[in-house]
Amino acid sequence: MSLAINVLTRSLNVFHLGGSACNNCDIEILDTLTPKYDLERFGIVLVGSIRHADLILLSGIFNKKSASRARLLYEQAPKPVVVVAVGGCACTGGMFRGSYNWDHPVKDYIPIDAFLPGCPPKPEAMISAVVKLIHTLRGKKQ
Amino acid sequence: MSKRSIIPIGPYHALQEEPEFFKLHVEGEKVVGLDIELGYNHRGIEKLSESKHYDQTVFLVERICGICSTSHPIACVQAIEDAGDIEVPERALYIRSIIGELERIHSHMLWLGLAGHFLGFNTVWMWAWRHREEVLNVFELITGNRNHYAMMKAGGVRRDIKAEDIPTIKKMVADLKAPLTLFKKTVADDPVIQARTKGVGVLSAQQVIDYAALGPTARASGVKIDVRRDHPHAAYGLVDWDVITAQNGDVFDKAVVRILEMFESIRIIEQCLDKLKTVTGSVDSNPKEVKPGEGVGLYEAPRGEVFHYIRSDGTNRPARHKVRAPSFMNVITDREAVIGHTVADATIILAAVDPCYCCTERMAAVDVYSGRRVFTAADMIKCSQQKTAELRKKLGAHGPKLNIA
Repeated sequence: MSLAINVLTRSLNVFHLGGSACNNCDIEILDTLTPKYDLERFGIVLVGSIRHADLILLSGIFNKKSASRARLLYEQAPKPVVVVAVGGCACTGGMFRGSYNWDHPVKDYIPIDAFLPGCPPKPEAMISAVVKLIHTLRGKKQ
Repeated sequence: MSKRSIIPIGPYHALQEEPEFFKLHVEGEKVVGLDIELGYNHRGIEKLSESKHYDQTVFLVERICGICSTSHPIACVQAIEDAGDIEVPERALYIRSIIGELERIHSHMLWLGLAGHFLGFNTVWMWAWRHREEVLNVFELITGNRNHYAMMKAGGVRRDIKAEDIPTIKKMVADLKAPLTLFKKTVADDPVIQARTKGVGVLSAQQVIDYAALGPTARASGVKIDVRRDHPHAAYGLVDWDVITAQNGDVFDKAVVRILEMFESIRIIEQCLDKLKTVTGSVDSNPKEVKPGEGVGLYEAPRGEVFHYIRSDGTNRPARHKVRAPSFMNVITDREAVIGHTVADATIILAAVDPCYCCTERMAAVDVYSGRRVFTAADMIKCSQQKTAELRKKLGAHGPKLNIA
């Protein structure tokens, strides 16, 4: 395990990159920080700037306008950075695939480490995904 | 003559939940102009709806907004039923009202939490969201999902509420009264909250009528409009409840109206659950076709009236689908409410209408009046929280008292 991975996986700074989402995944992400789940216990915090991000959570589809911005933001993130697609829209485009304003699946231009399907995924599923991701990065068995 | 420069904010900014882009034209610290660029949230739902059949359309409109994710489907199925003359069994009407009112409680709680956050009371945020989880548990019991319940269907509802679940649901709903009373007392008693919200962002009844504002924004100014009463649908004409209004139209009254509305919602839910014991039968009339015609569906979403129009040409897809969300009408009232107030108050005034941009894809702006000093979103929230802290010191209070037993 490299030093970078060791440091990266200790206290994850999460940047939430909402595309053209319906707000539901975004609210469930916030929900994981409120008293019922309280992820801050484990040093997982939301940060306001992409330059502080260890983990990027993508939510919603990315339409023709927001896709290029999302690409730019990913380029600005310090590497290594872990990317999780939260929700069916970010994973595949979901029911918006046929829309005239739908660009591409986001995985075509941002390398994604974990897909977390669900509409919206439950906070438990989000926590479980992050735990699995940390284990995988550290090369541990599940 | 000072130099003019441009400050870009967004589209991905620390304090925006949804992507929008502002371009502030400034001369020194004075803002002389503002460009707003939208379209980051445009998904083409109305057009997409024309390519889906009627069952799929309801799932699609559910995903217009994750917070009002049953208001849009109810309005949509009512438009389909109106267009195709479809009968709905009485039991389904009660279930529609139960889901609709539960959603109102969870949405108002979410707003209350965010309003607390903007005022610098993160305790209120955490507690409101904690008790919101209890509403989501009821949803999970009835529908199987915490959000996006997928309950609505043209001609009825998709799932019945089982008789053996009713006592559990009743208890869970009754348990919500205690935390709601706690919030009611907190808002009514706390001197700092009163100092920050009373007389702030006042919208007169005439202004509400001029701007055609809707929902709690209008009712806080004493305009008694509520689609649930004016055009009874679902089970609202069959149960006993009151339209909550207040007189002053300030931020405080908007909060009071929302809190009292949650108690009315509980009243409606309890009556509907009682009726489910006696009103039996199917919950779905299982329509096979939608006749050609036009239909309109109205529903009182937590933020105001949501409107759906559907034109059917006799096929299994809508020929035209038009949606109008309440925030579209409400956000423009900010123009009246914000003028003459300090920048520190602007944040909470803007938040008071509970704007929802994924519904409207429109943006409200304080900044268009040239000559007004304008701050970025981050500065504004900081400013607002600082003012609360100063007031707290002056009044000797330590923030809202949450009497937790």
